[in-house]
Amino acid sequence: MEWETVIGLEIHAQLATRSKIFSGASTAYGAEPNTQACAVDLGLPGVLPVLNKGAVKMAVKLGLATGCTVAPRSVFARKNYFYPDLPKGYQISQYELPIVHDGELHIELEDGTTKRIGVTRAHLEEDAGKSLHEGFEGVTGIDLNRAGTPLLEIVSEPDIRSSEEAVAYMKKLHSLVRYLGICDGNMQEGSFRCDANVSVRPRGSTEFGTRAEIKNVNSFRFVQQAIDHEVERQIDLIESGGEVVQETRLFDAVKGETRSMRTKEEANDYRYFPDPDLLPLEVDDALVDEARSELPELPDAKKQRFVEQYGLSAYDASVLTASRELADYFEAVADAAGGEGKLAANWVMGELSGALNKAGLDITESPVTPAILGGMLQRITDETISGKIAKQVFEAMWNGEGDADTVIEAHGLKQVTDTGAIEAMIDEVIAANPDQVAQYKGGKDKLLGFFVGQVMKASRGKANPGQVNDLLKKKLDG
Amino acid sequence: MDVFTFAIERRLADNSGFPESRFEEAMSLSNEQVTEIAHLARLQVDQADLPEYARNLSDILSFVDAMNAMETDSVEPLAHPLEMPQRLREDAVTEENQREQFQAVAPQVEAGLYLVPRVIE
Repeated sequence: MEWETVIGLEIHAQLATRSKIFSGASTAYGAEPNTQACAVDLGLPGVLPVLNKGAVKMAVKLGLATGCTVAPRSVFARKNYFYPDLPKGYQISQYELPIVHDGELHIELEDGTTKRIGVTRAHLEEDAGKSLHEGFEGVTGIDLNRAGTPLLEIVSEPDIRSSEEAVAYMKKLHSLVRYLGICDGNMQEGSFRCDANVSVRPRGSTEFGTRAEIKNVNSFRFVQQAIDHEVERQIDLIESGGEVVQETRLFDAVKGETRSMRTKEEANDYRYFPDPDLLPLEVDDALVDEARSELPELPDAKKQRFVEQYGLSAYDASVLTASRELADYFEAVADAAGGEGKLAANWVMGELSGALNKAGLDITESPVTPAILGGMLQRITDETISGKIAKQVFEAMWNGEGDADTVIEAHGLKQVTDTGAIEAMIDEVIAANPDQVAQYKGGKDKLLGFFVGQVMKASRGKANPGQVNDLLKKKLDG
Repeated sequence: MDVFTFAIERRLADNSGFPESRFEEAMSLSNEQVTEIAHLARLQVDQADLPEYARNLSDILSFVDAMNAMETDSVEPLAHPLEMPQRLREDAVTEENQREQFQAVAPQVEAGLYLVPRVIE
């Protein structure tokens, strides 16, 4: 039987606020344990939560960027469960009335087409603390620094049909939250993590199969692996006469497989109810307008503009807009290069990306600034240097030898465009290779390349290749 | 008599607004369900008290059931009895590190961590 995979993703994005969602404690990562856990975060008696406007505005921004409806009124609820890193015995979340709902995200598929994935809702909630089991005998250590950190849980419709689509959706959302500046997207630190609801059904069926939820996957690669494994497991199970059980599963990155999280069956019963400590949240037009006015140019719009303004291909434009930092870098280079967008794109995506990758650096850490790279591109367009010599110049700039003009001067790399000088070199090459000249004259046209190579070599790469080509032809054919 | 039983019995006495038929259909909790609810709330319950708790809780559910029978389609669900919106605070760090004071009253701490009985097997 042919099977269809149905996937819905729940993504938790940690919001980049300075303080926590319901308290004035810092959210900075990496502090000494419990030094950023105040009375509210510890759930001490008598404390009351007060909602952070910054977190609300960030949620609204995500809503606006995904075409969601921003709820004029939403409600916080208590999700009740017991675990030591949740001191109050409940997590403050949103249940029936989330802050934004009913939006969409468009993902690009490998065949170049786009697909709409519905965004069911995004709601605000607080994170729990951390439990440390290692290094203690018979006890668990609790660090509550993370408790109360604002999270935005973004829930997709079950519109995703493969692990590739799931990764495309996750990457798109990852790029979006970073463009919006609402989440640093650091997956190692858990700032952006994913739960995947996965089920399979016979192709053509309109009913959903029983789903399993894979919890807390924190890399794009793991999401793909986890889903692929889970789909295979479910199909094997059904085809061998078994049934998929609705359960929570964990992805084991070492073994590359998912396994059931609970050994004994204990149904989740969170007993949600409206939190009496928190009045309903009203988001008025003023706040929505404020959020809207702060929205940057979003990835899709930027990509479209790059295609129109710089004449880039859709593929190049989407590579260059994958992150805001890369897009900004590219635009600065294109500007410095006098608007030569295509040339700038080639160098940013080629030579520069290659060098960054090799050195394990991020675009923001590039030793070559956009101004310096753009300056070199100008020397290509005004024919001071050839594209080939430019690679040498780039390498020197990468090694901190200064800007293009300094490097060209110091290494004597200026292109030779003096016809007389080039002709002199050509004459030497012709005189030194009488056999090849005879063969060429005898009809072996391909040898032209050999002569061009010899002349370029004689000029140590500095002769203008176009001129060399033209002059050679004239001399050999004439 | 506890406060819930009192409230229900008073409503029964004046018999205002409860459709009789609905009331008879009211669900009744088993001892097992009470044990499960107690577990979710991490309450220790004496076996001998189960029947009484079951009866009291069932009475509360009957009370809720009676309310469920009311026509509420045109009523917006109440999220909070105070009819006002939530005030927001600016996103600023206002808390200082008070770990010393907080941990002074904790039963067990080590290396800045609160220690609790081991939670995974």
